[in-house]
Amino acid sequence: MAKEAIVRTIGVKKNFMLGKIPLHVLKGIDIEILKGEYISIMGPSGSGKTTLFNMIGGLDKPSEGKVYIDEVDIAQLDAYELAWLRCRKIGYIFQTFNLIPVMTALENVMLPMIFAGLTTDEAREKSKVHLEAVGLGERLNHKPFELSGGQQQRVAIARALANDPAIVLADEPTGNLDLKTGKEIINLLRQMNKDKNVSIITATHDLKMLDVSDRVIWLRDGLIERVEDRENITIKVGEVEGEEGG
Amino acid sequence: MVKKIEKQLKLPFKNALQMSIANLKIRFGRSIIITMSILLGIAFLMSILATNAFTNALIDKGPEELKALLTADLAEVRTKQAWLVSLSLLVCVVGIINAMLMSVTERSKEIGTMKCLGALDKFIVELFLLESFAHGILGSFVGSIIGVLIITVVFLFQYGMLIIRIFPVLTIFKYMLFTIFLGTFLAIVGALYPASVSAKMEPAEAIRREV
Repeated sequence: MAKEAIVRTIGVKKNFMLGKIPLHVLKGIDIEILKGEYISIMGPSGSGKTTLFNMIGGLDKPSEGKVYIDEVDIAQLDAYELAWLRCRKIGYIFQTFNLIPVMTALENVMLPMIFAGLTTDEAREKSKVHLEAVGLGERLNHKPFELSGGQQQRVAIARALANDPAIVLADEPTGNLDLKTGKEIINLLRQMNKDKNVSIITATHDLKMLDVSDRVIWLRDGLIERVEDRENITIKVGEVEGEEGG
Repeated sequence: MVKKIEKQLKLPFKNALQMSIANLKIRFGRSIIITMSILLGIAFLMSILATNAFTNALIDKGPEELKALLTADLAEVRTKQAWLVSLSLLVCVVGIINAMLMSVTERSKEIGTMKCLGALDKFIVELFLLESFAHGILGSFVGSIIGVLIITVVFLFQYGMLIIRIFPVLTIFKYMLFTIFLGTFLAIVGALYPASVSAKMEPAEAIRREV
C-alpha cells in the first residue's frame, strides 16, 4: 500500500485571547501523518496537545497556517463540506466519552450513519457489527449512564468508526479510565488501526500509549520538541520529564 | 484542489422526530419543569385576560345596579387592566425565554458532539425546534385552560350563576388562541436563539463551553 499523507499541517499557529492578552498556544506546527499510522501527540498539560488535535480534526480553525486532510485544505471548505468531512472521513474519541446521553449504545453508533444517509435498518445492522467488534454485542440497548467508563469508551470507538473513516482522532482516550481499562482501550485502538488501516492520532500523556504508537510527536510550549519512531522510544521512556505534574 | 469532498448529509424528519421524542421522555423531569414554567406564565397571562373578559361581559350584559357599580370607576379599572396585562405579558415572556435558554445552553456539549459526528447546523436547530414546539404547545394549552378555569371559579363565587349566563365564549376563545400562540412562539424563539448560537460555534468551542 502506498504511504500517502492523510494529514499535513504547515506552520499552524493558534492564539486565544485571554481578555486582551493574546495567548500563543501553538507557535508553528509542521507535521505529516501517513495513512494507517498510529501517532501519539505527547506533552505536558498546556503544551497545546488538545488544541493541535482540534486543528487536525477540523474542529477549530488555525489562526495562521494550513491544515490539509487527505490533501484538502480544510480552510477552503464551507460548512456543509466540513460537516461531511467530519461525518465520513474523521472519527472522534474524547476523554469524557461524549456519548449522547439520551440515546442507547446502538443509537449512538447509528447516528453518524443516519447523517451519512443510511436507512435506519441498514444503520442498525451495521452498528450491531461495530459494537460486536468492540465487545459490546450484549449491551446494545443500554444507555450511556448504564455503562462503565471503559464500556462507554468502547461505544465511542464504535461510533468513531461508524462511517469507516480514514482518520480516528482520540483526545486523551484513557484519561478518565483506570490502568487496566485504559490498556484495553489502547489495545482495541491498535487492533482497529491494524484491521481497518485507519490512521489513529491520539493526544495524550498516558505513557502506556508509547508501546503501540508508530511515531510519537513530543510537544512543548506550542512547538514540536521532537518526533520519534517506535524503535527509539523504549530507550527514552526512562527520561520522560514532567509527566507526574501532567 | 478539492477532491473527494461531497456535501450530502441528511437527517430524515422521522429520525429527528424520534430523537426529539426520546429526548423529551428521558429528560422527563426537566421537560416537566420547562413545560411548567411556560404553563405558569401563560396561566397568569390568561387569568388576567379572562378577568378582563368577564368584567367587560358583566358591564355589557349584567344587571343595571352591577353595571352602575362597575362603571363608576371605569377609567381607573381600564388603566389597571392595561397595566396588569402588560406586566403579566412581561413576566410570561421573561419566564419562558429564560427556561428555554437554560435548557439549550446546558446541552452545549451535546451539540458540539453532534457536530463532530457530522450534524449540520440546521439538524441541531431542527431538533431543538421540535422539542421546544412540544414544550410550548403543551405548556401554553394547559396553561390557558387553567387560567380560564381559575378565574371562572373566582367569578362564580363572587357573582354566582350570573357568570354562566353571560360567559363571554367568543372573547375567551380568542384570548386562549392568542395565549397558546404566544406561548408556543416564545418557546420556539427562546430555544432557537441559543440553539443557533451553539450550532454555529466551532465544535471544539461548543464542547469546551461551560455553563
